Amino acid sequence: MIINGVTIDDTFAEAFNMRGTRVIVTAQNLKWAYNAANAMTGFATSVIACGVEAGIERELTPEETPDQRPGVSVLMFAMGSAVLMKQLETRMGQCVLTCPTAAAFSGIEGDPEAVTRIGLGKNLRFFGDGYQISKRFGGKRYWRVPVMDGEFLTEETTGMVRAIGGGNFLVLAESQPQALAACEAAIAAMRKVPNVIMPFPGGVVRSGSKVGSRYKAMIASTNDAFCPTLKGLVKTELSPEIESVMEIVIDGLTAEDISQAMHAGMKAVCELGAANGIRRISAGNYGGKLGPHHFHLQQIMGGAK
Amino acid sequence: MSALTFILKTEPAQRIDLSPLTPDQLTGKSLVEIAGIELHSGNRKLRVDEVFDVSGKVANDIVIRNSCSKLDYIGKSMKCGRLSVIGNAGDYLGFEMAGGELIVQGDVEAFAASGMRNGFLHIQGNAGDYLGGAIAGDKQGMKGGTVVVTGNAGDRAGDQMRRGLLLIEGNAGDYCACRMIAGTIGVLGRVGEYTGYGMRRGTLLLTQTPSLHPTIVDCGVHTLPFLSLMFKSFASLPSKFAKIGSNRVHRYAGDIAIDGKGEILVLQ
Repeated sequence: MIINGVTIDDTFAEAFNMRGTRVIVTAQNLKWAYNAANAMTGFATSVIACGVEAGIERELTPEETPDQRPGVSVLMFAMGSAVLMKQLETRMGQCVLTCPTAAAFSGIEGDPEAVTRIGLGKNLRFFGDGYQISKRFGGKRYWRVPVMDGEFLTEETTGMVRAIGGGNFLVLAESQPQALAACEAAIAAMRKVPNVIMPFPGGVVRSGSKVGSRYKAMIASTNDAFCPTLKGLVKTELSPEIESVMEIVIDGLTAEDISQAMHAGMKAVCELGAANGIRRISAGNYGGKLGPHHFHLQQIMGGAK
Repeated sequence: MSALTFILKTEPAQRIDLSPLTPDQLTGKSLVEIAGIELHSGNRKLRVDEVFDVSGKVANDIVIRNSCSKLDYIGKSMKCGRLSVIGNAGDYLGFEMAGGELIVQGDVEAFAASGMRNGFLHIQGNAGDYLGGAIAGDKQGMKGGTVVVTGNAGDRAGDQMRRGLLLIEGNAGDYCACRMIAGTIGVLGRVGEYTGYGMRRGTLLLTQTPSLHPTIVDCGVHTLPFLSLMFKSFASLPSKFAKIGSNRVHRYAGDIAIDGKGEILVLQ
């Protein structure tokens, strides 16, 4: 399959089951909502060393937030519910509780069979040292914790759902600036898709990995088959004209969300096309045996909306 | 389909306990069966048709007409449906109410909403003493749900209230929110003496500063973010409380003779 001179490989992205949650962070203005959310989603690129993968899903207008202030929605994913709950609690405590004017609310509601309630401000309330106050409105419990800037307001719980992490595609280009420009265009398009985040810096990762290493201590190491400087040394995946490869990784609440985001991103990359040095789009997988979800690139570019 | 209607024939000499006449208890019963239900009145038992003219069908929508202040326990433990009272109601209106809607187009006597757990109670006239308060021997008053009083409330509104929302659009008497355990009370008019006496936790929202006894302490003027959430939750209520906009309040805490974790918020 070739779109605008870009070859779409006949391969698939292999993704895993994860647990996901959403938190709505509001503040006096967007600047401070971002300060809280950026701290909360910092050092959260990959579950390998960060515990969670997190990112800002989108901005929210005052009409969309529970307390009618500007805010952002944060999505957070982990391999298991215990890690997710622990990470949510510590990140809430160190990044949202501490941030002036910030408040946090549940971002996932719904059927108790599909949505598990997990603590949001449930344990943070003890920071109030006995002066915390609980209030219930509309069937939901909120905590008011006295802090030096006034009161920290948080909902007691948020929802946790089964989610999917590790959707991805690789952009293969004739130069590093061209690969990055294509990824930036892809990320801009993908940020408009709801229910997904691209957890790496700016949404893009340059250090794709393979399983295993020649060193005993390493469980993963550089994906040499896609490293342009090793073209002659290893069994390469790259043709001579490829000089730079970058990857976009997507975590989402459902497979459909990830498909839509991949479609939006690949479409933006293809629009730049061969004229801008983009030659191929591929994807990372482990032969299809590890992850239960397979996103076939050609199928997404042909079939999805 | 017409509402199941009970029209009081004449004002009774003795008080009558109307607790059997709730939507959940009357659903599925024929008019003949309903007419034969016995109501306690002092040491006597009266058949429903001795007291009321009964008509209509839909037990989920009950109307009591010509009601008077001698009819007690209206809507006791009701769980669902709608019960409307046209006229006044007696003591223990909505006692231990667990759900549904209870609307009174008139005044009610003491202990309305005592032990109420859930549902919506709208008193369009005035309420007597111990609105949402605990009966003697009970450790908690109202335990949940929403009460709106369009008129005034008597003394000791919210006495030992545990949870829920009690909104009074008019004035409240002495000892408002006394011994309150938790929950929220709002009064748009004036309140009497000893407001928040023995208050342990909970919020009393006022529009004017009451006379405060020495164990209620001043915590200054603040803009509290939770109030915008609270007022948003009031927005759907048939009440003047739906129109409150400001979340700037003067916060008083107390009663420090007990626990000191209650608060009186006076809107600025």
